[in-house]
Amino acid sequence: MNLTLKVWRQANAETKGKMEIYPISDISPDMSFLEMMDVLNEQLMTQDVDPIAFDHDCREGICGMCSMFINGEAHGPDRLVTTCQLHMRKFKDGETITIEPFRAKAFPVIKDLIVDRSAFDRVQHAGGFISVNTSGNTQDANSIPIDKHDADKAFDAATCIGCGACVATCKNASAMLFVSAKVSQYALLPQGKIEASDRVMNMVKQMDEEGFGNCTNTGACEVECPKGISLENIARMNREYLFSNLKG
Amino acid sequence: MAKLDSKIPKGQLSGKWTNHKAHINLVSPANKRLLDVIVVGTGLAGASAAATLAELGYNVKAFCFQDSPRRAHSIAAQGGINAAKNYQGDGDSTYRLFYDTIKGGDYRSRESNVHRLSEVSTNIIDQCVAQGVPFARDYGGLLDNRSFGGVLVSRTFYAKGQTGQQLLLGAYSAMNRQIGRGKIKMYNRHEMMDLVVVDGKARGIIARNLVNGKLERHSAHAVVVASGGYGNVFFLSTNAMGSNVSAGWKIHKKGAHFANPCFTQIHPTCIPVSGNHQSKLTLMSESLRNDGRIWVPKKLDDVKAIREGKLRPTEISEEDRDYYLERRYPAFGNLVPRDVASRAAKERCDAGYGINKTGEAVYLDFTAAITRYGKEQAHVKGLDENDTILVKKLGQEVVRSKYGNLFQMYEKIVDQNPYEIPMMIYPAVHYTMGGVWVDYNLMTSIPGCYAIGEANFSDHGANRLGASALMQGLADGYFVLPYTIGDYLANDIRTGKIDTDLPEFEKAEASVKSQLEAFINNKGTNSVDYYHRKLGKIMWDKCGMSRSEKGLKGAMTEIKALRKDFYKNVNVPGTTSEFNEQLAKAGRVADFLELGELFAKDALERTESCGGHFREESQTPEGEALRDDKNFTFVSVWEHQGEPSKAKLHKEELKYEEIEVKTRSYK
Repeated sequence: MNLTLKVWRQANAETKGKMEIYPISDISPDMSFLEMMDVLNEQLMTQDVDPIAFDHDCREGICGMCSMFINGEAHGPDRLVTTCQLHMRKFKDGETITIEPFRAKAFPVIKDLIVDRSAFDRVQHAGGFISVNTSGNTQDANSIPIDKHDADKAFDAATCIGCGACVATCKNASAMLFVSAKVSQYALLPQGKIEASDRVMNMVKQMDEEGFGNCTNTGACEVECPKGISLENIARMNREYLFSNLKG
Repeated sequence: MAKLDSKIPKGQLSGKWTNHKAHINLVSPANKRLLDVIVVGTGLAGASAAATLAELGYNVKAFCFQDSPRRAHSIAAQGGINAAKNYQGDGDSTYRLFYDTIKGGDYRSRESNVHRLSEVSTNIIDQCVAQGVPFARDYGGLLDNRSFGGVLVSRTFYAKGQTGQQLLLGAYSAMNRQIGRGKIKMYNRHEMMDLVVVDGKARGIIARNLVNGKLERHSAHAVVVASGGYGNVFFLSTNAMGSNVSAGWKIHKKGAHFANPCFTQIHPTCIPVSGNHQSKLTLMSESLRNDGRIWVPKKLDDVKAIREGKLRPTEISEEDRDYYLERRYPAFGNLVPRDVASRAAKERCDAGYGINKTGEAVYLDFTAAITRYGKEQAHVKGLDENDTILVKKLGQEVVRSKYGNLFQMYEKIVDQNPYEIPMMIYPAVHYTMGGVWVDYNLMTSIPGCYAIGEANFSDHGANRLGASALMQGLADGYFVLPYTIGDYLANDIRTGKIDTDLPEFEKAEASVKSQLEAFINNKGTNSVDYYHRKLGKIMWDKCGMSRSEKGLKGAMTEIKALRKDFYKNVNVPGTTSEFNEQLAKAGRVADFLELGELFAKDALERTESCGGHFREESQTPEGEALRDDKNFTFVSVWEHQGEPSKAKLHKEELKYEEIEVKTRSYK
């Protein structure tokens, strides 16, 4: 395959960025998108051009490190996959592909396609946990029976990989899907109920402080989420939040 | 140089850990506040250790090279975590888990450590459930279990195919709680560049901020290395792209011994390499071997026709297929352990029967399972069992419900429908049992420097059982290190803060700086990946599934030459003071180029075959691995002496008091 790539280049957070155009040839349809980027970088280095910086690590769709906004979509045109699992066969020979970083006020660009997602971590520091010491003196695991449906729903929410596609997709750059996934996981489990009120209040407060936008329920985040995290979680978080406020 | 003392407590095996805990030194809560601990790596071992140490009251600094601790590669573990809970009432016990682990490791692991691991395994499950880890449950609301290879009980706890993710996010949440309280200071996008040793003790690290390239000095009273395994020395592996040996290798060069570097696990069922562009390999879970049958064609003509696209595997008749695992190992069939299954696939492909264009792939076929399940379903539903189309449809539904996510992943990568055409699979490097040598307290041969999780060597011998890596990582981090580190730190309560202006810090920083600058100023002709790929090929061809004296000697020479060429001709673009992935990679590959040589030397020295280490010179007439207990019941412990080829061998004799050493047979 022969392709034309339009890639966002930005040296660091302080400088202004711009799109650059790079032609690339002999791309196998069996390559993953990131392998195509590896080939491009090897090519750029032989031309004394600084290779394009992008985040990646596990390359099997689970660590959540890779990002990229490809042809206007977070993680590109395929559904339920991250960029590392997107393959070149999803593109046509001769196509022009536009590659940008995830854009959001709360995700400043570090370099080229790499953004700083530490705002997500800070939201988790505010309440994404159950306060239990790791002393090994907890009760036997089977003394806390949990309804299978609740356990399965908690699991589904917990499969969020924290990649930020929801924020990048949302026109308001809202982090509601991400935050609600963690709130839901614990709200559905008896172990998490004790701190449920504090948790939702603290996490939402931190989310707002980080500069994420508001949710207007368009549902775009759910469509682009590589792990299929459900919009239901946002409804559950709103309920938890309202309940906590009423309780005072 | 520190002498080799494994510090195994005296007394009965089952009482060692309890007694040890009762007698080691403690640090009072008031004094813990005066002590700093550095943790490098935030996978299961590092995250759980950092969280627990902070909870106890120590001041923790944690480092990871990724953008968040949640990205560490423990996240990718699929199958599950073992624990001797005996919830299924099928006769499991601490002793059985201990026995299975020693036997699975082919009698090359340390008895006392493995027993401790089995003892604390049950606590891990309790702990994780209390933290809100959503393990799979049955309809009664209780925890579910599944079976894994090499054992006769169901002791594996799981969360669908994402057990590693859920456990890591659990440990990450425990860390987050402590970060929120200010007890852990987290350094994301930071890489450990070197260990700082002051008066013979580990007193800090030099770290590099990967965003702006700045070098930083961090001091502490103890340093814990939890940086994972070194499978990426093979270039292609199931490890993450950033997984590296550097933290472990730097401490090795500062005096920590390295144990059994050649013990590597090669997993039999991975998606084969599709071309030269390949950057990493993807695992297909061991659980698939419950229902899939592995085969290659019997006739070379059929192999040729398949490679040329003239024949489909489904067109080959039953009598023209070679189900080689069922043929060679009738008792265990397709469920032989990982090392055995991998070698058998290689044997067939070396003989010319590999079925893809690279000649390195075999079939994993679900047709028989689909038919079997389909007929069963037809019978249950009172439908026609002889209607092949119906049976196939019903059977595929059952297979989808069991392995749907894996089949989807396969289809995304290979672009073939595995319900219709057999999967192509081939072995790939997955895990390293070898690692930094540690004593019973998990301390390396440098006082105050610890190694935990996959980074150390202690628990899996020459072969690791499925679902045991997660168990070991969390055992070390939650329940072992936090106790044993107190024994050492108790002597440091009056030391006070370690000054980062000490000449030792200055010297270490200067040496890191000069290496980084040398890379940038080298202006060579070849990229870092060029060398990494070359190293990987040498390792795979000569130190992979089958090793020989000639090959290993060749590997040592070739790696040494490649290393020389690397320093002369490598090209690292950019500067040291910016985000520069190539520069970070160059440092990691430089360390792999040294480790690779020690790896080959270790494999050369161990002339027996055991677990994942197969020496061609040591096999039975039927081609099975032949252990040599008389001469090799020891851990190979290497002391750095300037160059990998000059490393000095120490032997830690392995004594088995509660277990009879036997030969494994799967015939």
